[in-house]
Amino acid sequence: MPFMVVKFDLQKRVRLAQGLWMLYWTSVLAGIVLFSLGIFFKIELRKRSEIMNNSESHLVPNLLILLSLVACGINAFGGKMCHDSLDPQKFTKMKPALKPFFALSCGLVALLLLQVLLCVLMQFSVYLTLAEGLQFALRFYKDTDTPGRCYMKRTLDMTQIEFRCCGNNNFRDWFELQWISNRYLDMSNDLVKDRVLSNVEGKYLMDSVPFSCCNPGSPRPCIQHHLTNNTAHYDYDHRTEELNIWTRGCREAVFSYYSSIMTSIGAIVIGVIILETADMAGLKYLSTALETMADPENPECESEGWLLEKGVKETLGDMIGKLKTLGRANQVEEGGDAPEATT
Amino acid sequence: MVLLKMKFNQQRRVRLAQGLWLLSWLAVMCGAFIFCLGVYLKTELLRRDEVEKESFMDIHVVPNILMMVGLASIGTNWVATRVCQDSLDASRFPRWKVLLLAWFVVAALLCCLLLAVVVLSYVLQGRLEESLKVGLRNGIRFYKDTDVPGRCFQKETIDRLQMEFRCCGNNNFKDWFEVQWVSGRFLDYTAQEVKDRIRSNVDGRYLLDGVPFSCCNPASPRPCLQYHLTDNRAHFNYDYLSEDLNLYSRGCRQALTDYYMGLMNSTGPGVLSVILIQVGNFHLRYLQTAVEGAMALEDPEGDSEGYILEKGVKETFEEVKVKVLTMMKLAQVDPEGVPVDAEAEKAADTTAEKAASPTPAS
Repeated sequence: MPFMVVKFDLQKRVRLAQGLWMLYWTSVLAGIVLFSLGIFFKIELRKRSEIMNNSESHLVPNLLILLSLVACGINAFGGKMCHDSLDPQKFTKMKPALKPFFALSCGLVALLLLQVLLCVLMQFSVYLTLAEGLQFALRFYKDTDTPGRCYMKRTLDMTQIEFRCCGNNNFRDWFELQWISNRYLDMSNDLVKDRVLSNVEGKYLMDSVPFSCCNPGSPRPCIQHHLTNNTAHYDYDHRTEELNIWTRGCREAVFSYYSSIMTSIGAIVIGVIILETADMAGLKYLSTALETMADPENPECESEGWLLEKGVKETLGDMIGKLKTLGRANQVEEGGDAPEATT
Repeated sequence: MVLLKMKFNQQRRVRLAQGLWLLSWLAVMCGAFIFCLGVYLKTELLRRDEVEKESFMDIHVVPNILMMVGLASIGTNWVATRVCQDSLDASRFPRWKVLLLAWFVVAALLCCLLLAVVVLSYVLQGRLEESLKVGLRNGIRFYKDTDVPGRCFQKETIDRLQMEFRCCGNNNFKDWFEVQWVSGRFLDYTAQEVKDRIRSNVDGRYLLDGVPFSCCNPASPRPCLQYHLTDNRAHFNYDYLSEDLNLYSRGCRQALTDYYMGLMNSTGPGVLSVILIQVGNFHLRYLQTAVEGAMALEDPEGDSEGYILEKGVKETFEEVKVKVLTMMKLAQVDPEGVPVDAEAEKAADTTAEKAASPTPAS
């Protein structure tokens, strides 16, 4: 008993073919959208690879680009098949290609599901890469004379300005490392000598942050230095002051940006999966309707279309049986060879 | 004498109609592009509203005209596509005949407006600079007034502007030395340094040789130096005269003008190519005359002629002048009623008499 049978006359078949053709070309457009999203995400990752220590994983955008190209190709071919299906000669030529095409489409849908899963799971990887990369970035902020790291200061400043954040977890990360290069420190000055001697590693630590942490929305001009010293500034209490510098950490800020990109990519891929399954269902109906025409010479005859030839359970049972016989066929051959070898 | 005559057989007419249909659809898309361009320019100008002083005939006229022309162009070129589609069908073409003259006038007007826009965008550059100068000067003066209603966002606006356009001050960073940009609320008036600075000038302003943090250049290798900029001894290994990476060296007026001029200049070629496409559409006149000629023939599939003007330029101009004058006279006659008719009759009689009178003499 076929699964989900629908009766078709000539007009319905023609309408189905036309609608399916439009749907396939819409899917091609969706594939193009996915391609551009993949390129956009790849560029965004590349732009900020410096604060991720150049170790970020490009798996998600690469797979997305590949799948979008495959999807465009498959859907364009599907559109062509719909166009040819109403011509009996072309349809008979097309028939042997149907089964592999369905297999390919199923494979594509499975890979798209994998893509959605990756979009969700790789967010953890991005978070960890960011945490590690930002730590290095803060440490190398002062090394503007070291080849390979001389742009770290500019990158980190622009990141803090763009994402409105300061430091890794918060602004206090800047207090724990030396972010002023020794080239600009007067080592003969007593103040400088005191600070350098005040810690084990001899670093010039201070309770100040770079200018890129400043919040333009603050009503008072930015206070960068002596942040924890209330007496250093008029009418200033560092515990209640919240508009002066950005309070959010850059890890949170940049991660939320990337996470929103990945989530929206996942949502769009789910939409494309639904579109692809609709395409496959439509093509199955069209092909079965054309195959079961009682009188192939008479295009006006009625026919039936279905999704599955037998019911769902029976089809599944058939597939499992086929897989088992595949496995057993291999075993039987081995067993057959061995006795021959011994005899 | 016909102007620019060309022979058209049926195949050429069909090809002309098809080509013009495609060109008209292209022109529709160009119209949409012009509209989007106008919208984009307008939003960019509105974003910086706070640093531009409003004035009569300011730069906003350019995006406004672009938006209007874009919409009008979409409409007229869509009409052109319908005309091309109907031109090969003898039953449907005549209803467009009346509209075509109006279409040519409107299309010519649109081309003139687009040319005017290109010219205006260059001419108004001076006005833009003026309005930016005044707007930025006010912005810098009111930078500290974050507690005055109506001016409380000047600080944030100027800071974001300087960071985004990588500029400092109006002409350069020294503009900040002449203005008090630290509000009195954050000054300790009991401190000696503050009292000295306030007494050092006539107006009693707290002036310092420092700039806000938004002037800092992130590409500088050393952490930003904001205060005591003219004092070489205040910072280690610092020379005020040779330091050029510490702050942005460009003034914001120059930066903004360059940005807007860049926008206008990049739209210039786009607008010019749209004008070319619109002018190409004027070949519709050939199609119109060729199809009308074919319809007048006994054999509609035969050859016909297409031209731009039925008579020469001068004669057409004379005809148009006469038509316009008669239309104006008709307009004059109607409200006054009969007496003018009687006068006209009398005048006609007198001229007839005058014409008659010499004849007996001769």
